[in-house]
Amino acid sequence: MSGVPYDRVKLARESSRPTGLDYIRNIFKGFFEFHGDRCYADDPAIVGGIARLNGMPVTVIAIEKGHTAKERTYRNFGAPHPEGYRKALRLMKQAEKFGRPVVCFIDTSGAYCGIGAEERGQGQAIAENLMEMSTLCVPVISILIGEGGSGGALALGVADRVWMLQNAVYSVISPEGCASILWKDPAKAEAAAASLKLTAEDAKSLGVIERILSEKDLGQKEFYDRIRVLLSEELRVLSGDPDLIGKRYDRFRRIGTKELL
Amino acid sequence: MALINFLKPKNKLEEGGRTAAPVQQDAGEPEKNCPNCHKDIPLSRLWANDLVCPCGYHFRMKARQRIRMIADGESFHELFSEMRSGNPLHFPGYKDKLETVRAASGEEEAVVCGTARIGGQSCCLFVMESYFMMGSMGSAVGEKITSLFEYAAEHRLPVVGFTVSGGARMQEGLLSLMQMAKTSAAVKRHSDAGLLYLAVLTDPTTGGVTASFAMEADIILAEPGATVGFAGARVIEQTTKKALPAGFQKSEFVLEHGFIDGIVLRADQKRLLAELLKIHEWRVNG
Repeated sequence: MSGVPYDRVKLARESSRPTGLDYIRNIFKGFFEFHGDRCYADDPAIVGGIARLNGMPVTVIAIEKGHTAKERTYRNFGAPHPEGYRKALRLMKQAEKFGRPVVCFIDTSGAYCGIGAEERGQGQAIAENLMEMSTLCVPVISILIGEGGSGGALALGVADRVWMLQNAVYSVISPEGCASILWKDPAKAEAAAASLKLTAEDAKSLGVIERILSEKDLGQKEFYDRIRVLLSEELRVLSGDPDLIGKRYDRFRRIGTKELL
Repeated sequence: MALINFLKPKNKLEEGGRTAAPVQQDAGEPEKNCPNCHKDIPLSRLWANDLVCPCGYHFRMKARQRIRMIADGESFHELFSEMRSGNPLHFPGYKDKLETVRAASGEEEAVVCGTARIGGQSCCLFVMESYFMMGSMGSAVGEKITSLFEYAAEHRLPVVGFTVSGGARMQEGLLSLMQMAKTSAAVKRHSDAGLLYLAVLTDPTTGGVTASFAMEADIILAEPGATVGFAGARVIEQTTKKALPAGFQKSEFVLEHGFIDGIVLRADQKRLLAELLKIHEWRVNG
């Protein structure tokens, strides 16, 4: 495990880390990808569909960064457009209709900053996901596997359980962005990373996540097997909960409350 | 609605400053220069016209001033004024910043919440404060907005909200980010109870506030020339290396792209809000 938080940021961004599709292929069986938001386009930065988890049908959704230069360009470096978030919501609603749990894998530097993204309502798309996920009546587990960049990550993160890989980061703004706004100096990113409290341990102590996943054997069979077991167990617990939505509300409701003066 | 072509209003947040100069500083000055028509307008004239220049440019307005403009007489009763942010992450400089901003703005936090009557119609009202860290949302803003929607749901009241925000408050890190989810869930509960939420987006409404409760209203209105968007224009320019289209992220642009219901001049806001509140009292099924 690395020392300073900024090292974690760099680790979380490594292109060699397993990406969303690696998790889908290795944890689930029979993944069937569904495309498109039914409004405008299919966003390659978000992958979603149905699969089986130890036999149980689930809807899986992942932000995909890609590994090679070609893949990363195709996936827009894991920076989704509004249509990606709308596809994700469409698939979650479909999961709700058919009583399937939802598992999301989050890995993005943030929702894409672009002209088209603004023209097609990036803010509205994220807002709608936050609202609709809060009352989705099937269990939702979200796992931050690399970068958890602000609203673009949270748009798949309004879940009953949120877990983070040991070296994943979750932040309201990138350390570089923070340093350049507050201190007019992107080079102070290391200080910003420390101040933002963006590591998995920080997120856990702030009550933002429930569990930190070890990166032992990262990308190996044992690693994915471990996550598969954890997901199966947790989904079994959540599936039997008659007050899923109430507890999800309370889960977010208390964040930041005790920190007030 | 015919609208004037505005010049890009100064977005002080994007310029890198965190607080605009408090309005009080203008008190001694006889005139204010309009960024649209470039004329010096006597302050008394601006104040008499709810801070709208004769050319139509809408200056930013303090939250309390807006409440006086919108709420009937003395009908506004403030709620949750005791909620304010500390420095939960011990973020460098944040404590001092809060103290300075509190002294300069006269507000404890970046949103003022309460109950009010608008044209005789009872409602919950929130107005964000641009002079408090550009209306940024930290734990206290999230808690106040959430508490207001819960109060409104409990008392079966509609919510009227005026937004102005640079987004989530970075000095409270993840706690700020989570307020987006928290407020959205409260808006959803209020909405699922069949209650009305009217939002008026004012300059600027951006970032995490756009991506949460600003865009979640049943009816979304905006002031003319207001910047409404998710990502900052400068960041988009730097990321894409492309020139931004004319009027990019202005309320007129956002209207054209289908994300707001209409643009409403300040002078018409009270009458329109009252009428919308009244219309929603009636239901075919009683």
